[in-house]
Amino acid sequence: MTQLALVIDLNVCVGCHACVTSCKEWNTSGSAGPLCDENPYGADPTGTFFNRVQTFEVGQYPNTETVHFPKSCLHCEDPPCVPVCPTGASYKRKQDGIVLVDYDKCIGCKYCAWACPYGAREIDEKQQVMKKCTLCVDRIYDTTLPERDRKPACVMACPTSARLFGDIHDAESAVSKAIRESAGYALMPEWGTHPANHYLPRRKTNLKIHEDELERIDNPLKVDGKLPKPSKTDPTLDDVTSW
Amino acid sequence: MNPALSVIFLTTLIGVGQGLFLALFTQQSYALFDLLPHQGARFYGWGSLLALVFTMTGLIASFLHLGRPERAWRAAAQWRTSWLSREVIVLPAFMVILFLYGACHLTGFDPVLVILPSGLGIHATIVLGWVGTIVAFALFVSTGMIYACLRFLQEWHSPLTVINFILLGSASGFTLATLYAAKFAPSQTGFFGGWALIITLLGLLGRSASLWRNARLKQKSTTQTAIGIKHPRIVQKAQGAMGGSFNTREFFHGKSASFVSRVKVSFLLCAFALPLLLLTVNLSYQSVLLLAIAFVAQYAGLLAERWYFFAEARHPQNLYYQGVS
Repeated sequence: MTQLALVIDLNVCVGCHACVTSCKEWNTSGSAGPLCDENPYGADPTGTFFNRVQTFEVGQYPNTETVHFPKSCLHCEDPPCVPVCPTGASYKRKQDGIVLVDYDKCIGCKYCAWACPYGAREIDEKQQVMKKCTLCVDRIYDTTLPERDRKPACVMACPTSARLFGDIHDAESAVSKAIRESAGYALMPEWGTHPANHYLPRRKTNLKIHEDELERIDNPLKVDGKLPKPSKTDPTLDDVTSW
Repeated sequence: MNPALSVIFLTTLIGVGQGLFLALFTQQSYALFDLLPHQGARFYGWGSLLALVFTMTGLIASFLHLGRPERAWRAAAQWRTSWLSREVIVLPAFMVILFLYGACHLTGFDPVLVILPSGLGIHATIVLGWVGTIVAFALFVSTGMIYACLRFLQEWHSPLTVINFILLGSASGFTLATLYAAKFAPSQTGFFGGWALIITLLGLLGRSASLWRNARLKQKSTTQTAIGIKHPRIVQKAQGAMGGSFNTREFFHGKSASFVSRVKVSFLLCAFALPLLLLTVNLSYQSVLLLAIAFVAQYAGLLAERWYFFAEARHPQNLYYQGVS
């Protein structure tokens, strides 16, 4: 079984929002209709987005870290939003595990949004149907695109390659390796939703230097003792520098 | 959560309708065994149609909640998994039974269907009443489970949610039945009033229990589990939008803590204290006016109670929307 997912590397994300704009551009231009905005140039612009980048400050000044946190539908393996849908508009695809909404069946009752602990679903205020990340399902299978472009728009846009895309059920995929080797984790594991999307934690690169590595073990000075320090009036070895 | 008026009216109005029907049929069941005097068919018939008016108004309110009401018929599809879908099926079924029960009484078409060994004839309205009672409870359970089944809304994820929907809906329906009886069958006011008093008292117990439980809840989700960073101090600096989003509109009521606690006090007074007082007075001194005040106060109190029910539920998605800078 395939389970497509994103793996987002928080160690690399710089919070540039390129994934947000790229996602919006692709998904507002598709056959499923626009992602409507309201008051886009007014005082309180608001609109439908599949993906948002949030920013958190971790720690107490001055020991703080700024964490940019991209957030979209996690395509849970046990999605709580699907069984509650009264119409069957919300469904999880068997073939690739993508959770989708059929915009032609949705009645806009918002119950699925209540049932999602991550707040991944947003109602389109103009079309009055529930919308969410589709993992660019209209793009990743499009054979008219060159193979390297068959990825979600957010992954294509990320300038730091913080977003990986692939099948987390394939142990040899890049995403599975990243989760395995870089301590990938799921959000709110306490609810048993088994999110397919994973996050890679911030990492610090430390170089541990042991005391005995500071001096060569075969240092002749150690073997023979240190040379006596010459006095200031003594001539130097090169007649230029002085002690 | 941000309480939606449509859902507040839906759940309270159908609760009154269900409670009123249960009250009328309880009286008819007592009368069947000659424990109470049997009332004229018009009493049950018009009472049932009054319950139908309440459930119908509730149904109309529910349509206002939908973004796409013209597709509402699709909501019956997923009854295998969705409590909302089950409610969508059970509510019209209950309304059909209310109509049939009322119509059988009013048209006089009430044949004896079964004769018990004791010689007691079971009329069609009795069978309809039993079916209606089951459906009324199924509707209470469906409505309650819509909220109780959401495991991460910890305030709702409790058997108390379903119990309170049953008790509060029945209480308001029995209070309305008391008022209805005071006007059209004064001899039965004591019977309905007594039950209304008992159920309102049980409702107060149930609601107090859930208030007590929710005040002591420890939220399982924290900002730490939400973003997966284990540090005691995490402050949100941006939420991806400055003008708000669906997430900030749907899940935050935006009222102050003092406003919320005032709503709590007012629903405890209006939905429980005042009706309990007036229903107690009713036991010795019958007055249509006082019972009308009791019902109106209790219904208004239940509107506040339902508002509070939504407002007190803290959705874990709110952890992602703690600040804009």
